[in-house]
Amino acid sequence: MKKELGIGGLLLALCVTLAVIPQSHFLSAANLRNQAQLIGMFGIFSIGMGIIIITGGIDLSVGSVFALQGVILSILLVEQHWPWPVATLAVIGGVVFLGVIHGFLIAKVHLQPFIVTLCGLLIYRGLARYIANDETKGFGEGSFGWLRPIAAGYVGPVPTSFVILIVVAVVMFIVLHRSVYGRYLYAVGRNEEAAKFSGINTNLVIGSAYALSMLLAAISGIILAFYTNSISPSGHGTFYELYGIAAAVLGGCSLRGGEGSIIGILLGTALLQVLQNLVNLLGIPSSLNFAVMGTVILLGVLTDELLGRRVSKRGAAAGVKTAAPGVPISEAV
Amino acid sequence: MTSSPILQLKGICKRFPGVIALSDVSLEVNRGEVVALIGENGAGKSTLMKILGGIHQPDEGEIFIGERPVSIRNVSDAVTMGIGFVHQELNNLDNLEVAGNIFLGREPLWFGPLKLIDRRAMISGSRPHLKRLGLDVDPRVLLKTLSLAQQQLVEIAKALSQNARILVLDEPTSSLTAGETARLLATVKDLRDQGVSVIYISHRLGEISQVADRVVALRDGRNAGELPREQITHENMVRLMIGRDLRSFYVPGAGGKRAARLQVKNARTAAWPGRAVSFEAAGGEILGFAGLVGAGRSELAESIFGVRKLIEGDILLDGSARVLRNCRDAIAAGIYLVPEDRRRTGLVTEMTVRENVTLPGLWNYTRAALISRRAETIETRRQIDSMNIRTPGVETRVMNLSGGNQQKVVLAKWLALTPSVLIVDEPTRGVDVGAKAEIYRLLRALADKGVAVIVISSDMEEVLGISDRIAVMHEGAIAGVLDRAEFSEQRVMNLAFGKTAAA
Repeated sequence: MKKELGIGGLLLALCVTLAVIPQSHFLSAANLRNQAQLIGMFGIFSIGMGIIIITGGIDLSVGSVFALQGVILSILLVEQHWPWPVATLAVIGGVVFLGVIHGFLIAKVHLQPFIVTLCGLLIYRGLARYIANDETKGFGEGSFGWLRPIAAGYVGPVPTSFVILIVVAVVMFIVLHRSVYGRYLYAVGRNEEAAKFSGINTNLVIGSAYALSMLLAAISGIILAFYTNSISPSGHGTFYELYGIAAAVLGGCSLRGGEGSIIGILLGTALLQVLQNLVNLLGIPSSLNFAVMGTVILLGVLTDELLGRRVSKRGAAAGVKTAAPGVPISEAV
Repeated sequence: MTSSPILQLKGICKRFPGVIALSDVSLEVNRGEVVALIGENGAGKSTLMKILGGIHQPDEGEIFIGERPVSIRNVSDAVTMGIGFVHQELNNLDNLEVAGNIFLGREPLWFGPLKLIDRRAMISGSRPHLKRLGLDVDPRVLLKTLSLAQQQLVEIAKALSQNARILVLDEPTSSLTAGETARLLATVKDLRDQGVSVIYISHRLGEISQVADRVVALRDGRNAGELPREQITHENMVRLMIGRDLRSFYVPGAGGKRAARLQVKNARTAAWPGRAVSFEAAGGEILGFAGLVGAGRSELAESIFGVRKLIEGDILLDGSARVLRNCRDAIAAGIYLVPEDRRRTGLVTEMTVRENVTLPGLWNYTRAALISRRAETIETRRQIDSMNIRTPGVETRVMNLSGGNQQKVVLAKWLALTPSVLIVDEPTRGVDVGAKAEIYRLLRALADKGVAVIVISSDMEEVLGISDRIAVMHEGAIAGVLDRAEFSEQRVMNLAFGKTAAA
């Protein structure tokens, strides 16, 4: 919980700073709405990424999946005139199927997650460009039934993507922190062997995490497609997997697995977006965008590591105490 | 004690925040003497050795090497002063060759500024040290191709090559077989005769009475007493360590004929595909499995538990055949395994006591598919109380518990369910004397409740003490089964080495 408090404090400090800077427009309705839109879109797939990272894995293919699904969704709706529910379900189902393949290769065939999803990154990007003939695809002005209102609309003043994020976060909070499956995810991430020896179907847990993550990515991907409304197959979604990883790590997920929380991932996502907002609003050259983000993540992880070292030092001393039979344990804490 | 002490620690005190780890502890070691350092986990043995190794600094007290007062500020100080350590968990790099390990960090160099490693010098420099230990291996082979016992000797060779005059062996035999242990003890005696002083830390009292010239016991961070060579007996050592007599270390079984709960017929495992194993374990008995490491005991246990594939064979539980494709099937049938390596396969050490205890039966603590922490906590408290697990609380991470308490948590995982057959692989490895006795009592109590308890142990004394019957394995097959009346160390050893029971 301490990590979440730290990152939450940093986020709050950043927001206050932005709010008090004269003429920053941070609190303007338009800016807030845009921020909520982006946080929603990024948050949904970052939660999926976080779950994979908790199992000790990683997914590098998310950005390319966005391009592939965006291109296909556009073709199905605009060129093939599929009914929107069918097209949407087909795209989501297809993306989840990719996740199932990833999960199978990683959990069952025991390939490394980095390699499997790196290949995914290359393959899906290539397919997207081939299918689209390297031409930019889009949705024009059409609303496609409820699809555009759901993906890029508003509930009152709040962007739908933000509302969807809240729903997803609540559901995933329960799954991760309250359900048996969630406990298994942590156990597998921390010690897969011990989890197996405790009767957990580790292959199923790990494999399904990739499918679940892809489901969330598919939802994000549809929102992203309508948000940009123009999908250039070579550029759409590039680097997005790294945003997801950054948000999860900033929010307290450890790449070693077994650590992280939904709240943390949400805060990490928000912090990344507000940071970018800061770069824009302060008139810092947007070419420095990545540099600022990288620096902040590095500082965050560094602080965490240094604090963690102090805690573990104390923990080691506590270990000596608990082991000493003569010492009442209550004093040792 | 004709010669003057080569090492003296005098009045050592060490405090950690909130606890006194060592209080006025003294230790003397003479030239060419084997001093056994004993004490329960947490008695201060490792803290004292960390001070000797330069990892901790004493708050008070003096250290003398020979006549000279010294301060050991770091690990390299300790090495220069001729103190060598061989740790319980081997700290070697098994992807390097033997010679590379011996000269790790001080490789002979050639070719001036390029600082290339002079491999030839390293290899020829390794030979005398290996020879001195009677270790007949090529210094050019990779360390991982050696057995654990050989790797241990390489560690000792490394210390000797640094001119160690004082050798600290921390639980050196915990992963060795009986035969390897005997050889290591002989090596220790040889080194002593060559004038090397040895501080020997072990929980295995049998070894200590064989090898030690003197025993120094610590208890609660203080000197608890010393035993000269002629007074080193089991009872004396236990009394010093725990401050009282351990009345009955092992609880005998009730005896009598009982029905078989687990029957294994013609089981063949990947470790010894050519050998079939058949045996029965009755409810109410503790069946010991003795044998050399590599005899296939752990593989057999893991195959019954379903984490390894059984090539062939039938497993019957209470008379009916079961198909156990994986450990989920085994757990559902009530066959549980407490594995050999609790940190790797027994526990998720970063998780709390509660999360570990409830992990195998997590569905039992759910309501509407969601975990009820309250139910988990109630069960965990119950296990902590009934097993006397020493932990600050249910939410303590298991990694912060001592070895004995960690082992009890592994047992608690299964006792929170309903065992029919409990297989315990090396139940007391790295567990101190007090907790050992408690674990033995627990296993006996389980058997008395009708569980078939199978104990795999490489500790001869333990397997003879705890078992009602002993099955001895040799090269993948059961060489013989002994009843309580037939128990003797000699018989078990003979069977383990492949001789017949009659010998």
